[in-house]
This record gives sequence, C-alpha cells and structure tokens, in this order.
Amino acid sequence: MTPLASYLLVAALLFSIGLAGALTRRNAILVLIGIELMLNAANLNLIAFWRYGPHPELLTGMMFAIFSIAVAAAEAAVGLGLVIQIYRHAHTTDLDAMNRMKG
Amino acid sequence: MIDHLDQIFVLLRHWLVSFLPAPLQPVVCVLLSVAAIVSLFPALFALTTVFERKGLARIQNRIGPNRVGPFGVLQPIADGIKSLTKEDIVPLSADAAVHFLAPVVLVVAVFMGFAVLPMGRNMVLADMNAGLLFYFAMGASTELSVFMAGWSSRNKYSLLGAMRAVAQMISYEVVLLLSSVTVVMMAGSLSLSKIVAAQNHYSWGLPHWYIFTPWGCAGFVMYAIAATAETNRSPFDLPEGESELVAGYHTEYSGFKFALFFLGEYLAMFSISGLGTTLFLGGWSAPFSFLTWIPSWIWFFSKLMLSIFVFIWLRGTLPRLRQDQLMNFAWKFVLPMCLLNLLVAGLWRFLGDGWARWAVCSVILIGAYGAMGWGEMRRKHIGPRSYRYAE
Amino acid sequence: MSFVFYLLAALTVAGAFAAMLLKNTVHCALALTVAFAGLALLFLNLDAQFAGFAQILVYIGAVAILVVFAILLTRGSETPRDGVFSRTWFVGLLIAAGVFATLSWAVLQSVRVLPHETAVPTVTVLQIGNALVGRFVLPLEIVALLLTAATIGAVIVAMHEKEGQQ
Repeated sequence: MTPLASYLLVAALLFSIGLAGALTRRNAILVLIGIELMLNAANLNLIAFWRYGPHPELLTGMMFAIFSIAVAAAEAAVGLGLVIQIYRHAHTTDLDAMNRMKG
Repeated sequence: MIDHLDQIFVLLRHWLVSFLPAPLQPVVCVLLSVAAIVSLFPALFALTTVFERKGLARIQNRIGPNRVGPFGVLQPIADGIKSLTKEDIVPLSADAAVHFLAPVVLVVAVFMGFAVLPMGRNMVLADMNAGLLFYFAMGASTELSVFMAGWSSRNKYSLLGAMRAVAQMISYEVVLLLSSVTVVMMAGSLSLSKIVAAQNHYSWGLPHWYIFTPWGCAGFVMYAIAATAETNRSPFDLPEGESELVAGYHTEYSGFKFALFFLGEYLAMFSISGLGTTLFLGGWSAPFSFLTWIPSWIWFFSKLMLSIFVFIWLRGTLPRLRQDQLMNFAWKFVLPMCLLNLLVAGLWRFLGDGWARWAVCSVILIGAYGAMGWGEMRRKHIGPRSYRYAE
Repeated sequence: MSFVFYLLAALTVAGAFAAMLLKNTVHCALALTVAFAGLALLFLNLDAQFAGFAQILVYIGAVAILVVFAILLTRGSETPRDGVFSRTWFVGLLIAAGVFATLSWAVLQSVRVLPHETAVPTVTVLQIGNALVGRFVLPLEIVALLLTAATIGAVIVAMHEKEGQQ
C-alpha cells in the first residue's frame, strides 16, 4: 500500500468519525465539532495529494488547504454565534428538543 | 580569538559530539542544544525572581528579600525547596486529568518557542523557513492551557480568571502578530535568523536596527504592549489580580504545579522578550560597529535582561487596567495603529532614501496617534487629580 | 509506512473518537484539540510546514478556543437528562459506516494507479507568497471579503437584542 493510500484511508476514517458524530450527538456544538473534523479530513486529503501527486511545485494543494483552513475558521465563528443565539432563545442546545418550526 | 569566543558554544558542542559515531551525531547535537536551553532558562528564571522582588521592593520603597544569602540572592533556592515539598492539593470535584495536564501543556508549549530564537551567531536550535509562524503557533497553544487550568478547578473565581485571561490573550495576539508582520514585510522573510541578518549592518557606526525607524519604533511600542498583555503582566494582570480574584486561574494549584505555572509565565516573558529583541532590537548584533568584538550571545542576553527589567519596572509603576478598558484599548486603539503602521512601513520602503521619508512617516504616525487619542479621551471627563484623605 | 506515520495516525484517530464519544462536552473539545494537533503533525510529516503551523495557529489557537467559549456560554458542561446520543443514533452510525466503506473501497481499488513517492518538494514561504499574489490572487481577495462578512455576521448574530433585557 503506497503512502498516499495510507493517508487517504486515515482521512476517510476521520471523515466518517466526524460524520458519525454530527449525525448522532444531541448537542448542537458537538455537531459543529463533527463538521470541523470533516473539514480537517478533507484538508489532509488535499495535502496528501499535493505531496504525492504530479507538479507539487505548483502549490495548488497547499494553497487550497490554507484557504480551506481560513474558511473553516470563519464558518466555525458564525456557526457558534448562531448556536449561542439559539441557546438564548430556546434555553437549550438539545437538537432533539428543537423539532418544531414554531419559534 | 574573538571569533572563537563568539562561537564558543558552537565549538564546544561540536567537540563533544565528535566523540560519537556518525549516525548518532545529529541527534546528540540537537539533544545537547535542547539540554542547554532547558537548563539555562530556568536558571535565568531563578535569577529573575529575586531580581523582580528586589526591584519591585525598591520601587515601592522597601527592601525585599534579604535573609537568605547575601542580599537575598539565594532566595530562589528556598522558594524551590518550598514548592517541591509542599502538599499537592487537588480539589475533590476537580477534573483530575485536565487539572494535571494544564501546567504540563503550558510549560511544553513555552519551551518549544525557544527553539527558533537566534541567541547568537549560528546559535539557533531550529533554523526554520517559517520560524516566526512556528513561534506564534506555540504561543497560541498556551491560551488553551490557561483555559484548562481555570475550568478544571471547578471554582468560579478560577473560571472567571481563565475567561478573562483567554479573552485578553486572543485580543492582544492579533496586535502581536500585526506588529511582527511589519518587520517580516521589511525584512522579506519569516526566518528569524534572516531578520537578524537584515539588521546587522552599520552606517556611520550606528546599527540598522528596526527600532531606529519611525515604523519600527511604533511597532516596538505596540509589540511591547501586546507582549505585556500576552504574558498577563502588570498593567494587564487582571486575570491574576491578587486583590480581586485570589490568584485567578491558578487558585487551586499548590506545590509543584504552581511552580510550573510560575515557571511557564516567566519563561513566556523571556521568550517573548527574546522575540522582541530579534525583531526590533537587532537580536545578537552589537549597538555600535566598534563593539562587535564582544560576543554576540552576550548582546542577546543583555538585551533580554534589559527587556525583563522594563517589564519589572512597568509592574511596579503602572496601575492595573480594568478588563473592559484593556479590551477597548486593544481593539479600538492599538489595532488601527498597527494597520496604519503597516501602511507607513510600505511608504518608508518606497519614498526613497533621504530625510523626506523620515518626515512623512513620523508625521503620519504621530498625527494618527494624537488624533485617535484625542478622539478617545474627549468623552472622558478627566480633570485635575484630587485627593481624599481619611478623617 | 514508517512508525512515525502510524503513531500520528493513531493519535489523530484516537482524538477524533474521543471527541465524538465522550460525555462531557469540554472533554470532547479538548480531545478535538488533540486531533487537530495530530493533524498538524501529519501535515509536517508531509513536508507542508506552512500548512502545519497555520493549522496549529488557526485551529488550536482560535477554533478550539471558540468551541470552548461557546460550550461555556451555553452551559454545555452540565450533563443532559436524556443521554448524549440522539434518538436516531443507529441510522446515523449506519450512514457513517456506509460512507467509510465507500471511500475506503475507492481508495483501495485505485491503489495501482495512484502516483508513487516523488521527491520532497522544497517549498519556501517566498513561493507561497508569490503564489498568493500571483496565481491565487482572486481566491485571496474573495477570502478577504468572506472573512470580513463572517466577522460582521458573527458579531451581529451573537449580539444581545436591544429590547428586553440587556
């Protein structure tokens, strides 16, 4: 198994763990944690392909990963702001309790 | 001969390593440098504690420790014995694993920062291409340990202190980064040894340190403010304000763990002063061209101790800032000045080489400082000082 | 594959598992930080120093602290009454297992055609800077706009409402 395949498998495992967490946990913040794990797994994929692919001197993979890190940070900030505002309104972060459209 | 004295530690390490077989040599070389750093800076920390207590005492018109050894210089030994032999109390409801790991994470992260500081000619442990970025990455890790300490103690005062400390540290981290980015822009590299090499030139005997330029001076002042806030030193020490929060986020720590926090705080002070001297004060280069015969590491450590002295002086002199005052200060005053400083540094680069660029840059910086200061202070009605005495 | 890779991969996956399985939310956030650190070390193992240090600086230094603040502001550290997993946890687990099966099948099928080990690319920060203002200037400007919008948006979303309590 080539080194690239090992990195891709680790990234796939991280992605599925993040997905499992985002789909099964009750707390809204833990869903966001799962999303962050998924984004990180994708970054690992990008960097692995940059390292072992053709033309690493073009820096495409590294640049993509850096932009992805910046965007993920912004998205985490906005997402957590939303969760805090929802908590102020509904006094809970339990996603199973938020099953009505009525606010 | 002078060259040998300058490179004495490098030559010593080379000589010690030459006794070993070739495959082991790089590893042992690095291990020897690490051992030197890990033994030197805690020793310097011990010296600084007595320096600080005596210095603060003299500023406050008292004497300070004078019982242990001549003029109290053996006080750190007494303090060390006390910390190591005190009972290690962990609260019953505290989160044991996180409570244990918090000081460890702090000390490890702070020690990692020393790896990129150039302490003399050819004396960098890890000369990385992105050295400054590595240093800030390690600095960011210390914030998490502060939070871990405050939360795991299950104590409202600790948690409050930790939240204040983290909020303060992330605000001033932006200022720290922006004032360093100006230096990176002008030196053209993130590698700290290249930044020192860019300042190591002399014209008419005077050095080309960045502090001797308008943008460098403003940048250094802002870096110093941010450094004082990052290490939670006075006047930004509300998180550990002894008169308000008991001891802030390290209230529930005793014995060796408290000593580790103390060590971590002082080492962070050393490392951030070291970075400040590297970026603005020319690192290991001598102040005048006729003084280059003095070894480079002596210059680095003298500048480091001078910065520590200024830290101690500030602690004894200035009153503490309130939390909202220091956050306002960071976001509404220092951050816009940092951005303006970047612009001024760019102007400096492109305005030619004469006195015109000095005049333009200084006028812009001083004018902006005056305008923003007047804008902030206009709404605060601060009259002449009045005193109230007890009846 | 080298021992270092297995160690780092084990660390990262252990951190990710802990982040998703622990009961105490703050412990989950700290385990997430361990996973981030493991990933940064994996990036360093792949000779992407800038990406590795940026990962530590941004994720551990900012995102982890954000998550922890949000947990504290929403009283997440108190244990919930009905357990930590939602009612539909089994379906979620099945979906995640299915995704992992598909991805790993795809990777293992294409092992033959994946490129092999190439020479270590020497990438300096100067090259990254040149790339940012040369080839990638449009993404750079768009990310700048996005970060501004996110800053303003986060402040507005999380601001206290003007009427009612302050």
